[in-house]
Amino acid sequence: MGDITPQLLLLQLATGIALGAVYALLAIGLSLIFGMLTVVNFAHGAFYMVGAFLGVYFIGLTGNFWLSLVLTPLAVGAIGLVTERFLVRPLYGRGIDYPLLLTFGLSYVLIEAMRSLFGIEGVPTSVPASLRGAVNLGFGMFPLYRLFLIGAAAVVILGLYLFIEKTRYGLIIRAGSRDPEIVRVLGIDVARIWLMVFGIGTAIAGLSGVLAAPTRAVNPEMGIPVLAESFVVTVVGGMGSLPGAVVAGLLVGIVFSMTSLFAPELAELSIFVLMALVLLVRPQGFFGKAGLMG
Amino acid sequence: MMNNPSLKTAYHLIKRHRVAAAILLLLVFPLAMPYEALAINILIFGLYAVGFNLLFGYTGMLSFGHAAFFGVGSYLTGIAIVSFNLHWLPAIGVGVAAASLAGLVIGYLAIRTRGIYFSMVTLALGQIVYYAFYKADRWTGGENGLRGIKVEVIDLFGFKLDFLNPLTKYYMILVFVAAALWLVSRILNAPFGSVIEAVRENEKRAAACGYDVARTKLLVFVLSAGICGLAGTLRALHLSIVPIDSLHYLQSGQAVMMCLLGGMGTFFGPFIGAAVFLYLEDVVTTMTTHWMAVVGVVFIVFVLFFPRGIWGSIVGWLQRRIAMNDAGRGAK
Repeated sequence: MGDITPQLLLLQLATGIALGAVYALLAIGLSLIFGMLTVVNFAHGAFYMVGAFLGVYFIGLTGNFWLSLVLTPLAVGAIGLVTERFLVRPLYGRGIDYPLLLTFGLSYVLIEAMRSLFGIEGVPTSVPASLRGAVNLGFGMFPLYRLFLIGAAAVVILGLYLFIEKTRYGLIIRAGSRDPEIVRVLGIDVARIWLMVFGIGTAIAGLSGVLAAPTRAVNPEMGIPVLAESFVVTVVGGMGSLPGAVVAGLLVGIVFSMTSLFAPELAELSIFVLMALVLLVRPQGFFGKAGLMG
Repeated sequence: MMNNPSLKTAYHLIKRHRVAAAILLLLVFPLAMPYEALAINILIFGLYAVGFNLLFGYTGMLSFGHAAFFGVGSYLTGIAIVSFNLHWLPAIGVGVAAASLAGLVIGYLAIRTRGIYFSMVTLALGQIVYYAFYKADRWTGGENGLRGIKVEVIDLFGFKLDFLNPLTKYYMILVFVAAALWLVSRILNAPFGSVIEAVRENEKRAAACGYDVARTKLLVFVLSAGICGLAGTLRALHLSIVPIDSLHYLQSGQAVMMCLLGGMGTFFGPFIGAAVFLYLEDVVTTMTTHWMAVVGVVFIVFVLFFPRGIWGSIVGWLQRRIAMNDAGRGAK
C-alpha cells in the first residue's frame, strides 16, 4: 500500500463522514424511539429499505428527486404510525422484549412486501442529474452527491434539534422521555406523543433510505446489515442519546472508510470491533444514559 | 369433560419424567414426518432452540447472537474433518468446545449490558463472527460455505453404521440430542436451576441473597452456547456442508422465533416450536414463495395474542383445569 498520500487520507475521511451521516440519521431514528418509548425498533433496517424502494418509485413517478425526498419520509412515517398504533401499542407494559420481537417479525413482512412489489432483484438507482459530478475540496475531487449527503443529514439533524429544543411539542417530548407519568397527569395525551415519535423515527429511517439509495444497491435485503450497523452506532454513542448518535455515527463511518483504505478485508469487521472495545471500556456508550437530548 | 384424576396423574408423570417422555416421543417421531430429512432437521433445530431457551426462557436474557455458537459449532467440526482429517467424534468435541469458548468471550462482553441493550449487543457481537468466517475463506470457504464434510460411516467400538441411511442418521443424532436434553433437565432441576430463575425474576434480590449474578449469567451463557454449538456440529455432519448463513443474525432470529412459537421457559416448548416452524416452512414453501411473510405474520400474531407459545398455552390450560378439578373435589 505504498502511495497513501495526505490527500487520499483526507478524501477517505470525507467519504467516511458521508457514510457516517447516513449512520447518524439511522441511529437518531432508533434513539428517538427508544428514548421515548423504550422500544428497540428491530424493523428499523426494514423501514430504511422501504424508504429506498419508495424513494426510487417516487422519483420514477414524479420525475423529481426533491419531491421524492419529501414524499418518501411521509409515506414511511405513515407506515410507522400504523405500526405503532395497531401493533406496538398493545404491547406497552407487557415486558420490554415484546415490541422488539414484534418489530423483528414485522421486518420479515416488510422485506417480503417489497419483494412482491418490486421483485427480488431490487431496482436500479442513479444519482439525480443536478447532483452529479465532483467538486474540488482543495485536497482533491469529491463526489457532489456525497457532499450533499453530509449537508442533508446536517439539515435534518439541525431541524430535529430545533424541533425538540425550541418547540412546544419538543418540550413535551423531552418531558415525556423523563417521566411519562407526570406528563400524563398534566393532562397531555402521552399516547399521541408516542405515536408521533414513532412516526418521526421511522420517517427519518425512510429518509436515510432514499438518501443512501443512489450510493448503494437497492434490494429487499439491504436493510438487514444496516440494522446491525445502526445498533453498533447506538451502542457506541449511548442508547437514547441524540448527540451520541451523531458523534458515534460519524466515528463509525470514518472507522469503516479508513479501514477499507488500509485493510479492505477488515472493513465490515472493524466497526463491530470498535463496539466491542467501547463495551469493555464504557459499557453505557459515549453519552451514557442521559436524557433524550444529552 | 375429561376424567380428572387421570389427567392430573398424566400431567405430573410427564412433568417428572420429562426427559424420558421427550426421548420416547422422539424415538417414534420420524414416523409422523413426511420424510426423514425433515425429522433430522427438527431434531437439530429443536436442540438449537433448547440451548437458546436456557438463556432466553429460563434466565430472561434475549440474545440475538446465538447463530454465532450454532455456526461456530458447525464450522469448527467441519474444518476439523475437512482440513485435519479428524475422526467425527473428536470433531464434535472440537465444535462444542469452540462454541463454548465463543460463548465465554461474547458472554463476557455482553453481560455487561442488560435488557434491550443486551439483545443489540449480542446481535452485533455475533456479526463479528459472521464477518470473520466470511472473510477467512481459506478455511471456511467464505461466501460459498464449507463443503466436503464427508462422514459416511459411523464407526464406534467396532460397530459400523451407515450414516448415509437417513433413519440411522436420525437415531445417531438422537443419541446426542437425548444426552443434551438430559443435561439441560439436570441443570434445571439442580439448585443452580433455581438460581437461574431467581436471576430472571429479580436480579437485585438474587444478588442480595448472596448469589453472584454476573457469574451465573456467564455460566448459563456458556452452557447455552455449548448446547447450540452441539446442534451446529450435528448439522454439519447431517448436511456435510456449512452454509455461511448459519452464522448470520437472522439465524439467531430463527431460534427466537422457534422458542416463542413453542413456549419460552418451558421444557418441551422449543422442540414443539422448531417442529411447527420447520413443518410449516416445508408445507408453505411448496405453495408460495412468500415464506418470509408467512413466518413474519405468524410470529407477530404469537407475540400479540399467544406470548406463551403453543406448549406454554397448553400447560397453562392444563394447570387451570387441574386446579379447577381439585377445587371442585374440595367443595364436595
